[in-house]
Amino acid sequence: MKKTQIIVIGNGMVGYKFCEKLKSKSESFNLIVFGEECRRAYDRVHLSEYFNGKTAEDLSLSTATWYEEQNITLFLSNPITKIDRDFKMVYAADGLSYSYDYLVFATGSAAFVPTIPGVEKDGVFVYRTIEDLELISEFAKKAKTGAVIGGGLLGLEAAKALIDLGIEQTHIIEFAPRLMPRQIDVAGSEMLKSKLADLGLKIHLNKNTTSIVGDGKIAAMQFSDDTNLEVDMLVISAGIKPRDELAKACGIEVGQRGGILVNEKMQTSDPSVFAIGECALYDGMIYGLIAPGYEMAEVLAANLCEGDKEFTGFDMSTKLKLIGIDVASFGDNFIDEPDCRTIIFENKHKGIYSRINVSNDGQYLLGGILIGDATAYNMLLQTVNNKIVLPENPEELIFGSRSGGESDGAGITSLPDSALICSCEGVSKGDICSAVTDQNCENLDDIKKCTKAGTGCGGCIPMVKDLMVHTFKSQGKYVKNVICEHFNYSRQELFDLIHIHELKSYDEVLNEFGKNDGCEVCKPLVASLLASLWNEMILKKGNDVAQDSNDRFLANIQKGGSYSVVPRVPGGEITPDKLIIIGEVAKKYNLYTKITGGQRIDMFGAHLNDLPIIWEELIAAGFESGHAYGKGLRTVKSCVGSTWCRFGLHDSVSYAIRIEERYRGIRAPHKFKSAVSGCIRECAEAQSKDFGIIATEKGWNLYVCGNGGSKPQHALLLATDLDSETCIKYIDRFLMFYIRTADPLTRTATWLNKMEGGIDYLRNVVINDSLGMAEQWEQEIENLISSYKCEWKEAVENPAIRKRFSHFVNAPEEKDPTIEFVDMRGQKRVAEWKTSNQI
Amino acid sequence: MTDTSNWLAACRVEDAVENGGVCVKNGEEQIALFYFKRRNEWFATQNECPHRKQMALSRGMIGSTTDEPKVACPFHKKTFSLHTGECLSGDECAIKTYPVKIDNGIVYIGKSPK
Ligand code: SRM
Ligand SMILES: Cc1cc2nc3c(=O)[nH]c(=O)nc-3n(C[C@H](O)[C@H](O)[C@H](O)COP(=O)(O)OP(=O)(O)OC[C@H]3O[C@@H](n4cnc5c(N)ncnc54)[C@H](O)[C@@H]3O)c2cc1C
Ligand code: SF4
Ligand code: FES
Repeated sequence: MKKTQIIVIGNGMVGYKFCEKLKSKSESFNLIVFGEECRRAYDRVHLSEYFNGKTAEDLSLSTATWYEEQNITLFLSNPITKIDRDFKMVYAADGLSYSYDYLVFATGSAAFVPTIPGVEKDGVFVYRTIEDLELISEFAKKAKTGAVIGGGLLGLEAAKALIDLGIEQTHIIEFAPRLMPRQIDVAGSEMLKSKLADLGLKIHLNKNTTSIVGDGKIAAMQFSDDTNLEVDMLVISAGIKPRDELAKACGIEVGQRGGILVNEKMQTSDPSVFAIGECALYDGMIYGLIAPGYEMAEVLAANLCEGDKEFTGFDMSTKLKLIGIDVASFGDNFIDEPDCRTIIFENKHKGIYSRINVSNDGQYLLGGILIGDATAYNMLLQTVNNKIVLPENPEELIFGSRSGGESDGAGITSLPDSALICSCEGVSKGDICSAVTDQNCENLDDIKKCTKAGTGCGGCIPMVKDLMVHTFKSQGKYVKNVICEHFNYSRQELFDLIHIHELKSYDEVLNEFGKNDGCEVCKPLVASLLASLWNEMILKKGNDVAQDSNDRFLANIQKGGSYSVVPRVPGGEITPDKLIIIGEVAKKYNLYTKITGGQRIDMFGAHLNDLPIIWEELIAAGFESGHAYGKGLRTVKSCVGSTWCRFGLHDSVSYAIRIEERYRGIRAPHKFKSAVSGCIRECAEAQSKDFGIIATEKGWNLYVCGNGGSKPQHALLLATDLDSETCIKYIDRFLMFYIRTADPLTRTATWLNKMEGGIDYLRNVVINDSLGMAEQWEQEIENLISSYKCEWKEAVENPAIRKRFSHFVNAPEEKDPTIEFVDMRGQKRVAEWKTSNQI
Repeated sequence: MTDTSNWLAACRVEDAVENGGVCVKNGEEQIALFYFKRRNEWFATQNECPHRKQMALSRGMIGSTTDEPKVACPFHKKTFSLHTGECLSGDECAIKTYPVKIDNGIVYIGKSPK
């Protein structure tokens, strides 16, 4: 069967989006695209970034091979010049003709240039394509003064670009009595004006340009009030003009003031011809923004695939993208009393102006304007769009915002899952949350890839971040800044508070600094802080129930509900006798054994009830807890070193054992690992550890902040040729600095990645003691080291704690009968998850 | 005296774990019993987490969200309301909850779910 042939005129943002959407929905179309520009569709919204070093390729919306991969025929620099609707044919500039079943106009718009005598002179530009920007930047090299006609969204952007290009004297000429007349009111405009003046822009309102004078090249602008202004160059940004000329020429209906007339199916007066994006006129309106354009693309693509979608208008809320100046308008921004109640907040000193329009019954937010501080923009927009009932004092919406109302994520919980967060790509709150929970997105980039949210205008990014952090929190995963609903502090703040107030139990901390009952986020965090500070037995003082299951039972819980047993084997060195003990214990309690990646032996499959007796036997034979369950020191791996190896420079095994015994049991924001290699061949893989040590001719090189795991990162060299004592001193300081300041569940590598100043700063702190903390830290870590006790020894010797290691409170001798093992290679393994029916 | 045809005598009050859970055997069944001392409340639910069918909830951490008491499964941290059994992590599954009463220092759990 012959495929339906669709021809798209225009390879701009909306035309491209249409191809992408159609291809993702169906393979049953032949797509041919004609572009007038010489480039593949690019991101016009971020066009100004071309001046900040982005290349045309960076701005491109697709890769060079995308169209081919998608089986789309793309012609560039080949505009359509004529359409014959009777024969359903288009004629391209290269002289060839093509037939279509459906024709799509995505011709966008051009800059509107008013008929001022002299606009054709050299040095007068528009601001729409990459070519325009190339011409402007070339010309700006020779120019000292410049002007922009138009004080709207685009005009301001163009003016800022001129300043960035080094034009010191830049003027903005606006015909209306205020700036951004479509978005903001007079008071807001005044505030904005003073902000722009600070940037060095000269603003002229109520100015009507009557002619552009100069000899072939612009020299000055003449205004209706008989004044003039000498300029070397001019950018005209007075609005847009839909590209409807082709449609008009072939008899398709267009609006009086331009634009191809479409219905809610994006259909023109000819049923086989459609128009989308900035060339389409819907309900008397040209939508000069990207989000409505993308929505039109979606509507048309869906309908061609036998869907049933309608375009019913679109929210025109916008935010200015200039760095350093916040301007936003949302919802019904101009509605005034008596049709609503208006609340205005103005702070001239700080340059903040906020206005919100509230329904007369005080229930709903209708719209508003924000200047100087638009952090609340996304949340306010959501409040309008989702008709969220306002709090009793709606003014808190704008006052509260200044103390970070949005950044702490408050409010996003109240949004329904269907709330549209990214309007460009049509991504809802539910989509973003499930990207985090179900598709394991761990950062903004993952979410962008997965959902496309934030890849259009980018305005929703702060909100996407908040949602991400919020979802992390509810998963108990990674918590930024404020710990959870029960503690209004960061980890670091709480660390200091607990320290100063000398608190020793979770309940005390909750009573003093928290509220309600706590949860699975703050409990283990506080328990870890208590352990880092005091190094007391973690199961005492009621702190046992504030621990993750692994810490609470001093063993890692495994699939099925059994536990693993990992004794410490410092430096990986073990005697034959001890190997035999491990073998005997494993045999006696029917445990699976495996050599771990950390140079020790793991015994899996222990029943909760058996843990104390297993450990009793191990301890009697001289073993101690390996803390495989805790956020603390894991292993210090070693290579065999100078005692046996022909290349070994120093005794790496002895040094590894010394280090492992020094830091064992110390709790930190996350686990930390180490290794010591006897020479640069690096058999212990020290450079992949949180701190790693490599022998040199003269001493030890110390590396820090390395990581294996899912995002491997090599450790960085902190200091060279250290003697053994100095090396340990630096590690002491390094560890205490990490323990005190890292966010929860942050490994040293991530901690360093976020540290301003990076490794140089860290080196300064650790080696040069730039914070003046070294002495205190060395003392603190000494206290931790001297208070070390084997937790398992304490647990088996304390009847109250020991009693907790039974499965049934009313049948302490019985083991959990539901745990199932199966045979594998002569050992046991745990049975597979029983399939779940619900999730 | 408590009627033991409807109520299971689970344990003594001092055997329960303050602000945590224990597991109670009721024939073939396993019930998680929580002594929420901070709120001075007792809760009982099925011990099996519906997510991966793990006998684990009694080993979970308890806490609250807004004012709803909850337990977090130690395996993947799905959370469930201790009042209603509803899954608070947005999954379509719920756990059974049982009435609890204290009589003469003994904790009793209702034999049929709420
Ligand atoms: C047993 C072992 C695998 C093995 O059979 O070899 C293992 C087992 C687990 N690893 Fe590992 N890791 C083991 C060596 C490693 C190594 C290799 C090493 O240490 O040289 C790495 C990469 C090095 C590193 O950490 O930088 C490693 C990177 C991880 C990570 C990723 C950490 C990261 O920052 O990206 C996790 C996840 C986490 O900790 O959040 C993890 C977590 C886990 C957990 C705890 C998952 C869990 O929560 O249940 C596994 C526990 C099993 C258990 O019950 O004991 N394991 N894990 C190894 C135990 C070493 C030991 O003796 O203590
Ligand atoms: C500097 C700048 C900043 C902007 N900032 C924002 C912003 O912050 N937020 C926002 O929402 N929007 C912004 N916009 C607007 C946004 O870029 C447009 O809404 C969007 O590009 C419209 O897409 P479109 O595909 O309809 O038109 P276009 O992207 O203009 O694409 C139309 C294409 O069709 C081609 N064409 C025309 N006629 C023919 C023909 N006969 N044959 C073949 N090809 C033809 C044109 O050459 C053009 O390449 C900005 C625009 C500019 C210029
Ligand atoms: S790599 Fe994954 S599966 Fe293997 S032990 Fe580590 S955490 Fe478990
Ligand atoms: S088994 Fe309980 S959350 Fe997965």
